[in-house]
Amino acid sequence: MSIENKEFKPKIVAFCCNWCSYAGADLAGSSRLAYPADVKIIRVPCSCRVNPMFILRAFEKGADGVILCGCHPGDCHYSTGNYYTRRRMSLLFSMLDYIGVENGRTRVEWVSAAEGVKFSTTMNDFAKTIHSLGENVRLGDIRCKN
Amino acid sequence: MQELITRGKELLADGSVVGILGWKEGDFSYNPEPAFFQNEEELDKFIYDGFCGANLSKFMIEASKKEGKTLVFLKPCDTYSFNQLLKEHRIDREKAYIIGVGCSGKLSLDKIKEAGVKGIQKITEEEDKIHVETLYGDKTLNRSDVLLDRCHVCKGKEHRIFDEIIGESKETNDKDKFSEVEAIEKMSSEEKFLFFQKELSKCIRCNACRNVCPACSCRKCVFDSNKFDSAQKVNTNSFEEKMFHIIRAFHVAGRCTDCGECSRVCPEGIPLHLFNRKFIKDIDELYGEFRAGEDAETVGPLTEFTFDDAEPQEAVERG
Repeated sequence: MSIENKEFKPKIVAFCCNWCSYAGADLAGSSRLAYPADVKIIRVPCSCRVNPMFILRAFEKGADGVILCGCHPGDCHYSTGNYYTRRRMSLLFSMLDYIGVENGRTRVEWVSAAEGVKFSTTMNDFAKTIHSLGENVRLGDIRCKN
Repeated sequence: MQELITRGKELLADGSVVGILGWKEGDFSYNPEPAFFQNEEELDKFIYDGFCGANLSKFMIEASKKEGKTLVFLKPCDTYSFNQLLKEHRIDREKAYIIGVGCSGKLSLDKIKEAGVKGIQKITEEEDKIHVETLYGDKTLNRSDVLLDRCHVCKGKEHRIFDEIIGESKETNDKDKFSEVEAIEKMSSEEKFLFFQKELSKCIRCNACRNVCPACSCRKCVFDSNKFDSAQKVNTNSFEEKMFHIIRAFHVAGRCTDCGECSRVCPEGIPLHLFNRKFIKDIDELYGEFRAGEDAETVGPLTEFTFDDAEPQEAVERG
């Protein structure tokens, strides 16, 4: 009954690009590499499809951490998409840090379709960070909690 | 001021322009408002003084749709916004006749009131002083003490685009434009959060900052979309006030000329320029110095890239 005893289960949103990271997650799955069930994957056509609003919206709806995965720079299916992502996310994350959101809550990782192991270790590592940061209270809408 | 009116009348009379974008007297002598003049009689209400801080370049978007040329008066900082709009093909250079007006810093009514002046009747300007006639007697203030914040970090008094220039300018820049941003960057995460929480919770979502911003000129704004939960004006939760301002600042990142209109018009006095200036500072540091609106050709920093840009994690941890 008591809420205090409830174990903290973070909600982590992972935006994965269709061509590399989603395939990387697939490989992690078919290679039977474990990654935390807290990670919810959202497939996007390219990492540069991710609008800064998506990330803020995820936080609003109760995410405790948001990770964005795309192809390695230079390997983008659309040639240049992830270069734009890199600039945008640098500015956005820097801004989030500036307004006082802990900077461990957001991350960008480049995961290729062949890197199932990297996908699994990245997600495990990220989930651990979010666990230590605890619940996201600074950027969240109270209505969405529980 | 008389010179501007005379020149305006001349241009109207010989038919080279069909309308004039300027400022006219507001309800009080110290709150002039932007105005569109179409004939000589209307021009009698024209005013140009220390309170004409309004940036007229955004009005050229509508004026560009009209037939014939429009005369527009631009201060040095407004010409940056004009260039930026030109770059984005929002305004037509052929439809504008630009008279660059001199500027020796614009005054802030809020600062005059903060200086303890009450019951203002009339304000007259001199070189370095301003005289305020109040119900309780006259007062004299130093001009530099009551300038708008943005004038202390002025970009310079050179017009970047003009057809002719009337009037003299005086340098007002006496502060480092990034000093406020740096002070916040030095705070701890908790302090930063509390600072912005305090400032942003004042927001009443009147959208004045968006409506006045020359860079916020999308035909359909994301905040007006009914698919977006925040389409209503008021904040429904504590998250929205933050998201509105982050997203707005992000949408103008790399295009913001730091004209400071957002902070000037905010009825709650939120220092909104802190967001834009943070982006400008990051762009300068990460992608090389860039000043939006310096010319109408250079590609903006968020619409190009290099192969060896910093990774987002490095950008945040650079401190």
